[in-house]
Amino acid sequence: MTLEFLIDALVTVIGVTTPILLAATGELVVEKSGVLNLGVEGMMLIGAVTGFAVTLTCGDSLGDFAPWFGVIAAGVAGAASSMLFAVLVLTLGSNQVATGLALAIFGIGLSSLVGASYVGMVIAPFNQAFPAWLAEDPIGRVAFGHSPLVYFALIMVIAAGWFLNRTRAGLILRAVGENDISAHSIGYPVLAIRYAAIAFGGAMAGIGGSYFSMVITPMWAEQMTAGRGWIALALVVFSSWRPGRLLVGAYFFGILMTLELYAKASGFSCLPSQFWAAMPYIMAVAVLAVMSARDVAGSEAPACLGRPFMPNS
Amino acid sequence: MKVEAPPRLELVGVSKSFPGVRANDAINLKVRSGEIHALLGENGAGKSTLVKMIYGILAPDEGQILFDGALARISNPRAARRLGIGMVFQHFSLFEAMTVLENIALGLDARLSQRELLAEFHRVLDAYHLKLDPRRIVSTLSVGERQRIEIVRALLLDPRLLIMDEPTSVLTPQEVEQLFETLRRLSAGGCSILYISHKLHEIVALCDTATILRGGKVVGTADPRRETSRSMAEMMIGANLKEITKPAERIFGPPKLETQNLSLPKPTEFGVSLKDVTLCVRAGEIFGVAGVAGNGQNELLSALSGETLAPGAEAVILSGEPVGRLRVTERRNLGLCAVPEERHGHAAVSEFSLTDNASLTGRDRMAFVSFGLIDPGKATTYASEVIGAFTVKATGPGALAGSLSGGNLQKFIMGREIMQHPEALVVCQPTWGVDAGAASAIHQAIVDLSARGSAVLVVSQDLDELLTLCDTIAVINLGRLSKTMKVGEASIEEIGLLMGGVHGDPSATIELTEQLHAHPV
Amino acid sequence: MRIRFEKRLAPSRFMLVATPVASVVLTMLLGAIIFQLLGFDGPDAIWQTFVTPIVAPYKWQDVLTKAAPLIIIALGLLLGNQAKIWNIGAEGQYVIGALTGAGLAFAMPGAPAFVAIPVMIAGGIFGGMVWAGMPAVLRTRFHVSEVLSTLMLVYVAMQVLNYLIGGPWKDPNGHNFPQTPPFTAAQTLPHVIPGTVIPPGFLVAIALTLVFWVLTARSVYGFSVRTVGVAPSAARYGGFDASRTVWSTLMISGGMAGLAGILESMSQLGQINLGFPSGYGFTAIIVSFLGRLHPLGVFLAGLILAVTYVGGQVAQTVVHVPEATAGIFQATMLFFILASDILVRYRLRLVRGARRAAAAGAPA
Repeated sequence: MTLEFLIDALVTVIGVTTPILLAATGELVVEKSGVLNLGVEGMMLIGAVTGFAVTLTCGDSLGDFAPWFGVIAAGVAGAASSMLFAVLVLTLGSNQVATGLALAIFGIGLSSLVGASYVGMVIAPFNQAFPAWLAEDPIGRVAFGHSPLVYFALIMVIAAGWFLNRTRAGLILRAVGENDISAHSIGYPVLAIRYAAIAFGGAMAGIGGSYFSMVITPMWAEQMTAGRGWIALALVVFSSWRPGRLLVGAYFFGILMTLELYAKASGFSCLPSQFWAAMPYIMAVAVLAVMSARDVAGSEAPACLGRPFMPNS
Repeated sequence: MKVEAPPRLELVGVSKSFPGVRANDAINLKVRSGEIHALLGENGAGKSTLVKMIYGILAPDEGQILFDGALARISNPRAARRLGIGMVFQHFSLFEAMTVLENIALGLDARLSQRELLAEFHRVLDAYHLKLDPRRIVSTLSVGERQRIEIVRALLLDPRLLIMDEPTSVLTPQEVEQLFETLRRLSAGGCSILYISHKLHEIVALCDTATILRGGKVVGTADPRRETSRSMAEMMIGANLKEITKPAERIFGPPKLETQNLSLPKPTEFGVSLKDVTLCVRAGEIFGVAGVAGNGQNELLSALSGETLAPGAEAVILSGEPVGRLRVTERRNLGLCAVPEERHGHAAVSEFSLTDNASLTGRDRMAFVSFGLIDPGKATTYASEVIGAFTVKATGPGALAGSLSGGNLQKFIMGREIMQHPEALVVCQPTWGVDAGAASAIHQAIVDLSARGSAVLVVSQDLDELLTLCDTIAVINLGRLSKTMKVGEASIEEIGLLMGGVHGDPSATIELTEQLHAHPV
Repeated sequence: MRIRFEKRLAPSRFMLVATPVASVVLTMLLGAIIFQLLGFDGPDAIWQTFVTPIVAPYKWQDVLTKAAPLIIIALGLLLGNQAKIWNIGAEGQYVIGALTGAGLAFAMPGAPAFVAIPVMIAGGIFGGMVWAGMPAVLRTRFHVSEVLSTLMLVYVAMQVLNYLIGGPWKDPNGHNFPQTPPFTAAQTLPHVIPGTVIPPGFLVAIALTLVFWVLTARSVYGFSVRTVGVAPSAARYGGFDASRTVWSTLMISGGMAGLAGILESMSQLGQINLGFPSGYGFTAIIVSFLGRLHPLGVFLAGLILAVTYVGGQVAQTVVHVPEATAGIFQATMLFFILASDILVRYRLRLVRGARRAAAAGAPA
């Protein structure tokens, strides 16, 4: 019983971690380029509703391929919504905090509007990356029993780490986030690089959002991401903008969120379930306090984070 | 008639405008191959705009750029580098949190492997006798070393034209000499150098030709070896130089502003800690603090003004009273006023009107405030008085600080402090980026203030400024202040050594400084 | 031909006022087009959302009811936004403020109105301040960005609300609904203007608008907040303490949100239930930007946003657009106002192929 319980718990942890890991990986790259996009929650919701709607609509004609189209559509929708943010903060130099917030509010509203007609419908969950026989024994379940998105998320974190630290393009992206004025005067297209980073972040948030509506509960519900987008933002600070730590931090939050699920389901806890529901947010604040107190000089954050850059003035 | 090779760089009728200013007006300029060509002009004369167009950062509105006789399209810095144009920026284009080698890689367009890059890097260091550790993080380097990264980055391109924008303002006299050697070696190899400066003695020492800019136009071309510094200066300023008048007999009163073993930790990772700074400025005295940028000048200023509190009250003393634990406003009310180096965003708020900028520091001392409310009438009146007394060119007290030229804003800031009748005034870089007319007005105002019995402390990187203005001088290096010397008794070499000699080896510099402290030359 | 932005020598006062108006108008136009495309009667939806609440009898009183909390919260937020200290958790402070006030009411059931009402209001303000004080401690002590911490605390506040109204404070006569018992008459604010349902909160909003106007336009404190926001170094040089500004702006915005929360529960609902957090705290952020961080602007913007709240409900019943519409309108308005911000500082210029002319002049 205990082994089975642990395996169950581990599978759940991996599941709840995946969407925040996806979104946070995208946001990490965005912040490395010097832009703070607070609209993650909104982009996740837009991805969630798009992924669900496309999978549902294509289900008849495409069969098993429909979820793949759904995920791609979620990524495209996330990227498209992030472009709204990008035009404002990059081309028009608007305040990044306020604009990101606008994107979050916008995404919540738009996804509710679009999703209103899908409430109550169900699709086949997008799980099983591998043949079912691989996932029969406990170890197989942990290793092979997940949605393709779980593996995609892990690959993307590693890829982001490799890209940022090992490639020339990554070096340039970090340079733009470190000192946009210098990068501009050496001749790098600061705004183009930031557009690309924001689009990537939007796509990752969109795909992360689709995990809620296509894997966890294969149906659409208003505001179903329930604040995970904000957790993803805290996670980036927690990671000190390092992909390796991001992975560790994501699983830490995954464990907390799993505790909430178990506390609700089994009632084994003497504390009210609301306490467990609030736990990830309380821990996020606590973690921010610990990490930020360590980095008093703020030297770990990209130096240009959140600063507007207008090349021709 | 012999056929001459086309010039390396030729500008024909190049113009560029910004809202409200014609920064460059039909500029014609020729730089021959292997020539060291000075571009001489005051701040705001249009030098930086011009070289930014040559390097492809800005696009000219009109005119042509020819490189080796052929019409060149330089749409971005990459295109400039492809032609063989390298540039060393005045405000470095470096990335503080990255290594020297990463910074070098970012400045190259060729895709080199780590090993090839290192080999190239060491080839250039050897060829020009330069020293630099490729693995160091830039933020840990001295200003001189940082400039060396920029130079190496430019040299790695094997440039045919190297643009140097005010390269010596951050160097000790010894480092300047070393830089000149590198430049002469380069020019001997056929590389042309466009050398931007407003320091005349450097141009006389280094350059073959000088083009002088004023108000965005070329006003003359000269052979620096045949002209006198004074004649070039007058061409640059467009008027006769005005000497500051200083009373011959300088009489000092009792100590007004003192620090005693003032030590402070680094404010940030990139800052400098202050170590045992002891100084004394008497009433009527102008005290100069020389030093290369980034050696603790800003930290000293904020410790005196109260922006940073001292560990003990006795560390800072004003008119005999310990003020080390008092805050900015309290110190100001006791008569300690200050002008920090950075005008925009520190000494003044660019987005605010001059009236609001008058309130920024004058509200209590000039009594604008009653019951927590600012009387806008009084603030406006005071701003107008400052504008009038210091001949600040502005549309009125409602003008935004950011709309004023550097010189006019600096006059306003200095006036705002001086008209509060401070007991002691601390000023950092009073004439940095200021035109000559405003600079001499500011110098005169400082002299007049001291003549009325105030103590004045001037921090500057411009040694010439300190030597003409001050009565006494001390040098700050790595957060330590040297012994106080009388101006006239100190030699440039000695001050240069105190400033840190040749940077690059901090431990040796500290030793050297300590030796000099122990045995004043 | 391309468009270029040229920096203005001074910000345009015309644009400062014109752009918020244009944002509202553009939002209406865009909304009409989008609803038409989605298969609704576009112009009618816009009419119902933006005009009906003003012209229909009695609806304008609803508008004032919704405007009161929006204006009060947004006034509190504008100081922080001017100082670039971002409290985006006003929603949580609003909830905790109301809960604190309610808790005091339940603790002294028999107190007469002249005791209960001031105590509850003070409790509301205090509760909001405490909830905003935590991010202030975190920011000044531990350097935690207040953007994330204030927001995280909204989610925590929601769970506190769920717990209290579903547990210890649950109404025993409430048919098992998660809600508190109703406040007594002594714990409820009366309608101040006879014959109308104009809430007392709206009068408070008018008074506070005037107070904040003086505070921002004339006081040393308002000046210090503006300076900290625009030029932190200059603020330090001018003698303004940054962490004191963090504290004061967060406490003021938290207190105002708490005040709005307790006033709302004491005059509108008469109790606290699951529907109490209705997004005023988030919408107020839009109000403060649409009002250009000026108290008078905030007052007008609060009225406009209140119109969309009431109008959203009208449009829902008349044109059958979904409930989420109001949120999209509000976000679109914020997008437009942020996008048009640049026109205040920059001038738009059409440039005729400047780049080409520069490089390709005919050889002489």
